[in-house]
Amino acid sequence: MIHIDRSMVGLAAATLILAAMGGFVPDWLAFILTLALAKALVVQGVVLQMRAGLVSFGQGLFFCVGGYAVGMGGQFFGIHDAPLLLVVGALAAVALAAVLGLLMTRYRDIFFAMLSLALSMILFGVLVKSSDLGSTDGFNVHPATFFGHSFSNESYKSVLYLLTVFLAGGGALILHMVHHSGLGRIWEAIRENEIRVEYLGLSPRWLLYANYLLAAAFAALGGGLTALATGHIDPEMAFWTTSGEFVFIALLGGTAHVAAPFIAAILFAFVRTYAIEFTPHTWQMILGFVLLGIIVFLPKGLWSLVQSKRRAKA
Amino acid sequence: MTTFYAIFIDGMIYASWLFLVAAGLTVIYGVMRILNMAHGSFYAIGAYCAASLVGWYFSDFDGNPYLSYLLLIGCALVAGLVVGVVIEQGLLRFMYKRNELLMIIITYALLLILEDATKLAFGVDPYFTYQPYALLGRSDIGGLAFANYDLLLVVVSAAIGLFCWLVLNRTHIGKVLRAVIHDREVAVAMGVNVRLMFAGTFIFGTTLGALAGALTAPSISVSPGIGVEVIVLAFAVVVVGGLGSIEGAIVGALLVGMTRSLAVHLAPQIELFVIYGVMSLVLAVRPQGLFGRTLARKI
Repeated sequence: MIHIDRSMVGLAAATLILAAMGGFVPDWLAFILTLALAKALVVQGVVLQMRAGLVSFGQGLFFCVGGYAVGMGGQFFGIHDAPLLLVVGALAAVALAAVLGLLMTRYRDIFFAMLSLALSMILFGVLVKSSDLGSTDGFNVHPATFFGHSFSNESYKSVLYLLTVFLAGGGALILHMVHHSGLGRIWEAIRENEIRVEYLGLSPRWLLYANYLLAAAFAALGGGLTALATGHIDPEMAFWTTSGEFVFIALLGGTAHVAAPFIAAILFAFVRTYAIEFTPHTWQMILGFVLLGIIVFLPKGLWSLVQSKRRAKA
Repeated sequence: MTTFYAIFIDGMIYASWLFLVAAGLTVIYGVMRILNMAHGSFYAIGAYCAASLVGWYFSDFDGNPYLSYLLLIGCALVAGLVVGVVIEQGLLRFMYKRNELLMIIITYALLLILEDATKLAFGVDPYFTYQPYALLGRSDIGGLAFANYDLLLVVVSAAIGLFCWLVLNRTHIGKVLRAVIHDREVAVAMGVNVRLMFAGTFIFGTTLGALAGALTAPSISVSPGIGVEVIVLAFAVVVVGGLGSIEGAIVGALLVGMTRSLAVHLAPQIELFVIYGVMSLVLAVRPQGLFGRTLARKI
């Protein structure tokens, strides 16, 4: 029996509203939203790790694996169905995480951050030197079909938007339940005091292993959707600055609620769209100051604004 | 045999460059426990200052060309000093109580800011300052031509390494610094002005970073993005050697430099891969790096 709370109703409603919006918003807006939601899925994984006390500066690794799985599936293996490609990408990422996780779960704090960064840079280095995969240029992703149906260019974008919205909504619901399950609570306990968790007879290492796999799956899903939406993939997806952006969005939203990464990612996408148009050379600088501002004034992210309002009401 | 020479000397040159870049990073971490993501930006600032000043010197000013080396080093020292003081006094000193992970993110924010600040100050077009590089000519070693400037870099890098080691191990300031590294709280209780030590260390670190950039500027095209590329290399070096250890940075730089040189000459496809491969391998076997200290777990 699943307990349904207010957040879940809200998430479901938000998903339906976003899906309905797909009918009348202009193309460019749908495109920005698709990319933002895909990115938010990756950030969900980063938040999942943050809740367990780990900060990954290499989530681009699985983001990139997801993206390349979609691209290579269409290019080399004749898989053209979008949902199938996404599943393949997620499986590939989980398989890779299953191996790397054995190593990664031995590290905490800055060592986890550094090693995750190194691993994603290894993938970057390999991709840059693989001429069959287009080296630094990457290659184009073929338009995919959806459950066997192919769509014209116009409706292709709408269908992809709908798929992204429902995957994001579904993912958020699942994560919300995970955060409030025993497993989710234990992850927080590991962040607070790992050795005590060990004393309770649990193995933090295997719990974090599960966390790592789940985060990888979400990152790959986001990467696959991004590849389908932009129609292009390149090694930049695994470069460490991409991972830094995920950490930025995670901190911007905060880790308190699954809705926070979505709000942060959408906000980020819009601010970036306008900032690049008006002040192309100060965009990163703005990001930097915002990041410092969040750390000093809103250490729990934008979501703490929502929470404090609620508390004031109560 | 020629290949062996080429691998060895290229490896030495690359290793000494890596050490130059990584030295400031490891000094700052060693004393302050800040893994400074903005270190690459200090490198970039040094490179830009040197490239534009020396470029101006050769195009508009008809002086003794050998004075350009003095200019190169002088402007790096000034740039590093100014940037170091501004950042330490203006931002970091308010952040010292935060944990190591958050400090990474704070310096990441700093990197984003400095990255655009250099673009605003110097524009986005590349700078070339080949003159100091070409001035020294080439020498012939075992049938291979090497730029004397690169060989000189090996000597300079060794001198900087020796200087850091001497300061840390043979002077009074070094002794106090080691006390701070060993136990910050006890050092404070003994009357050490830790804030002053922190400020000094940070400024020294940024100056080392700027110096590395200035010394590299003549042999590269200085363009946006060099800082971001350099910082991950510097991370690899200090993590291999053990964060915060000068000896570690030397060994890390040699290990990474030689491995890369081997890869470049024997299997160029894996050139980039091999650097992080070494880093991951070392971390897998010795998480604290080759020269790092292990810490007891606290409940």
